[in-house]
Amino acid sequence: MAVETPLKGNIGDSIKRKEDDRFIRGKGNYLDDINLPGMLHMAIHRSPFAHARIKSINTDAAQAVPGVVAVVTGALLAQHKLAWMPTLSGDTQAVLATDKVRFQGQEVACVIATDPYVARDAAALVEVDYEVLQPVVTPQKALEPGAPLIRDEKEGQKDNHIYHWEAGDKAKTEEAFAKADRVVKLDTFYPRCHPSPLETCGIVADVNPATGHATLYMTSQAPHAHRTLFAIVAGLPEQNIRIISPDIGGGFGNKVPIYPGYVVATAASLLIGKPVKWVEDRSENLISTGFARDYYMSGELALRNDGRMLGLRVKMLSDNGAFYADAQPSKFRAGLFHIVTGSYDLAAAHVETDGAYTNKAPGGVAYRCSFRVTEASYLIERLVESAALEMNMDPAEIRLKNFIQPEQFPYMSATGFEYDSGDYPRAMQVALDKLGYKELRKEQAEKRKKGELMGIGIASFTEVVGAGPGKHYDIVGLRMFDSAELRVHPTGKAILKLGVKSQGQGHETTFAQIVTEELGIPAADIEVQEGDTDNTPYGLGTYASRSTPVGGAATAMVSRKLRDKAKKIAAHLLEASEADIEFDHGKFFVRGSPSKSKTIQDVAFAAYTNLPDGLEAGLEGVTYYDPPNMTYPFGTYLVVVDIDRGTGQVKVRRMVAVDDCGVRINPMIVEGQIHGGLTEGFGIAFMELITFDEEGNCLGSNFTDYLLPTSWETPKFEMGETVTPSPHHPIGAKGVGESATVGSPAAFVNAVIDAVGHLGIKNIDMPVTSDKVWEALNKVGAAE
Amino acid sequence: MGQSITVTVNGEQKSADVEPRLLLVHFLREKLRLTGTHIGCDTTHCGACTVLVEGVPVKSCTMLAVQADGQQVTTVEALAAGGTLHPIQAAFKQEHGLQCGFCTPGMMLTSIALLNEKPDPSDDDIRWALSGNICRCTGYMNIVKAVKSAGAQMRASAAVPEAATAATRS
Repeated sequence: MAVETPLKGNIGDSIKRKEDDRFIRGKGNYLDDINLPGMLHMAIHRSPFAHARIKSINTDAAQAVPGVVAVVTGALLAQHKLAWMPTLSGDTQAVLATDKVRFQGQEVACVIATDPYVARDAAALVEVDYEVLQPVVTPQKALEPGAPLIRDEKEGQKDNHIYHWEAGDKAKTEEAFAKADRVVKLDTFYPRCHPSPLETCGIVADVNPATGHATLYMTSQAPHAHRTLFAIVAGLPEQNIRIISPDIGGGFGNKVPIYPGYVVATAASLLIGKPVKWVEDRSENLISTGFARDYYMSGELALRNDGRMLGLRVKMLSDNGAFYADAQPSKFRAGLFHIVTGSYDLAAAHVETDGAYTNKAPGGVAYRCSFRVTEASYLIERLVESAALEMNMDPAEIRLKNFIQPEQFPYMSATGFEYDSGDYPRAMQVALDKLGYKELRKEQAEKRKKGELMGIGIASFTEVVGAGPGKHYDIVGLRMFDSAELRVHPTGKAILKLGVKSQGQGHETTFAQIVTEELGIPAADIEVQEGDTDNTPYGLGTYASRSTPVGGAATAMVSRKLRDKAKKIAAHLLEASEADIEFDHGKFFVRGSPSKSKTIQDVAFAAYTNLPDGLEAGLEGVTYYDPPNMTYPFGTYLVVVDIDRGTGQVKVRRMVAVDDCGVRINPMIVEGQIHGGLTEGFGIAFMELITFDEEGNCLGSNFTDYLLPTSWETPKFEMGETVTPSPHHPIGAKGVGESATVGSPAAFVNAVIDAVGHLGIKNIDMPVTSDKVWEALNKVGAAE
Repeated sequence: MGQSITVTVNGEQKSADVEPRLLLVHFLREKLRLTGTHIGCDTTHCGACTVLVEGVPVKSCTMLAVQADGQQVTTVEALAAGGTLHPIQAAFKQEHGLQCGFCTPGMMLTSIALLNEKPDPSDDDIRWALSGNICRCTGYMNIVKAVKSAGAQMRASAAVPEAATAATRS
């Protein structure tokens, strides 16, 4: 009988997660689990109107409720210069509305009480006299001349236009279009949806009245950056602010911004001198915090008759809501939308984007996506599908004809991105083989003859992750590097402290595995700590799949730093010259004599007990890693659907996902993340929608109206992989957390269009619900 | 204004004076400090607050604490009795059935109720039973695997005494 060697947790080992034990025992420590002595509770009174002038606010009835300690209004905050705060996009946002409300659900007043039920009772008793104004609910209407001015308080703001921004070469693109045999066009809308992590946002703010020291327990994906922003917003000295981001019940981008509730709870704790807790309910989360997408996109592809793409032209209009509070690098006005050329070798491309204010919730976050990459990837993959349909080409063939070829890397895209590595044809081939593509096409042709609707959708996406380098990427000026601090104790056990912050991605396991690979200390002996600004090195946080590309690189680099010092100590122990010391899997030995070796544990002990002369004691270090470039994960997703002509119901029969995220640290965790992303992509494609009526009322404010995929609808996924390491990442890893939400919506929608395209249906905007499909079929006389 | 209730939670009798409107989930989390039961949606959709009441999965955000008076409630904290993981806990870890862990207690309790009723469920049985518990991280595939694997484990351990008895008889 073979004896299984226990996994030490090297790179490539699917060891079980270190963090699971506390979660499966109900011992996780999420924000709402935190209770401090004397803690008060906050509830928010929100605007029922999308656009209304505030004539007066009467808080008497609320104040009179027994148990109410304070009612905070914008006027009170204004006395402390806290009524407005800067957003992540350099705009200003009302913390509590003073002049008028600009979206339904906007924060108007906060009640602080001894009990959460009382706080809610009293919040309902805040009386606000509103003069209702005409709301503006689409960006198109917002930009019409004479549209009501939403941001009338903003000096110099004469209309609802926020920005115009361009990328690529306009003249070269015009030339490409002039030379083209044909132009394929697609207008599509990527609707507003919501990350909806299962845990909502919240804070326990604890400002010590004696010392002024603020301990803020927050649902934060970026605690260090938030600390700095808090220092700027609230004017608190940064060294007196400690942000602790405990276990987080999912983030997906929703926990990147700073929300008014955080600021008011902190201000209230400061003013009252007691801890204040605020936890959103689900409706608050859906109507007021961090929506995503909401992009109207128009793309044109210039092609030769043989299907070769020559150029791409894109116009985009985004609905940013009432405050421009998108979470994105400040040097990119539309995030990273100019990754829109995708996986294709396009000689010319030009992108124009505009943003508009509307009377909707602000804070476009990059829901499981690098800033605006999801929208860009969706557009190009839908556009290529349109080209295949119009030119009667196989959608796989047109992609293969236009892919950037493996030998072209590093590849400079027409909009100025340097792709690091890739092998797109291979990933596609693995997917096609796994699916049995050719046979399915035959089946489809036969079914079509019988009038049955079956579709095969393809998306061969490329995305860009790992925000950095710092010279190009920042959040409100904070350069995007990340950090790792490693301390090896005398017994050879270690603590790794990180600037990033897990929201379920398994950092405690994968980051330990990087140290295992680099130093040979078993993953079980490495404690990973994150999310406490007093206790971890400064970092920009976890979003945009940046933890492994940046924080993971920092971890590898700090491990190597320690290895260099360990070599000096090993040389001393082995009485050899440092230049002759070699290292392999946790063992140091003199070149040529591997049998006589010292383990990393021996060396760690010596670092505190038996050092060579002149060497400082200890084995620890810190690295701030600024990546030389972003990384570019990619993959091919294939979806097979059957559509019922009688109901319009789309049934996903199969889904094959082949991902290439470079080197996989823990394949089990990688696959788990892809499963999750595919499910969220499935929800976006078929179910999820935050929509509004003409008065600006949000019609998706709870899980009855905002539909999330459950175990019943969610398809099974068949996984595949290729591995193309990133050449510039120390361990070749690229980041994977969002690949599936970036790549899969187009695959799902393309499958639907592939099923109905021959009937003349060229586009159905997401969510592709049964009624929309049936209507489209009915319009072309194909419904039953 | 308070109403006196006694609820047997995880085998221990707990008495308290509560407001009639207090939700069971708040009773468990705030009065008893059993914070493994989570709140995800307030509208009975997500299932993060699922507990067993008299062995039946109930979303504790939709039940008043006073309705639980005199009843047996089981929360996630009871599963690892004596420090040993329940097979469902072990299986969730083994099959990577969780990521952020927020939905996990509710998922596990619903699964236990399913396995008690149907020890050898099909994939569809599991997916249907769990369709009231939303997970945003894992995509359900590994959760289904975990429930299957826990079922097999529970059947095997239930079968052990029988097999042992049979062996003795022969």
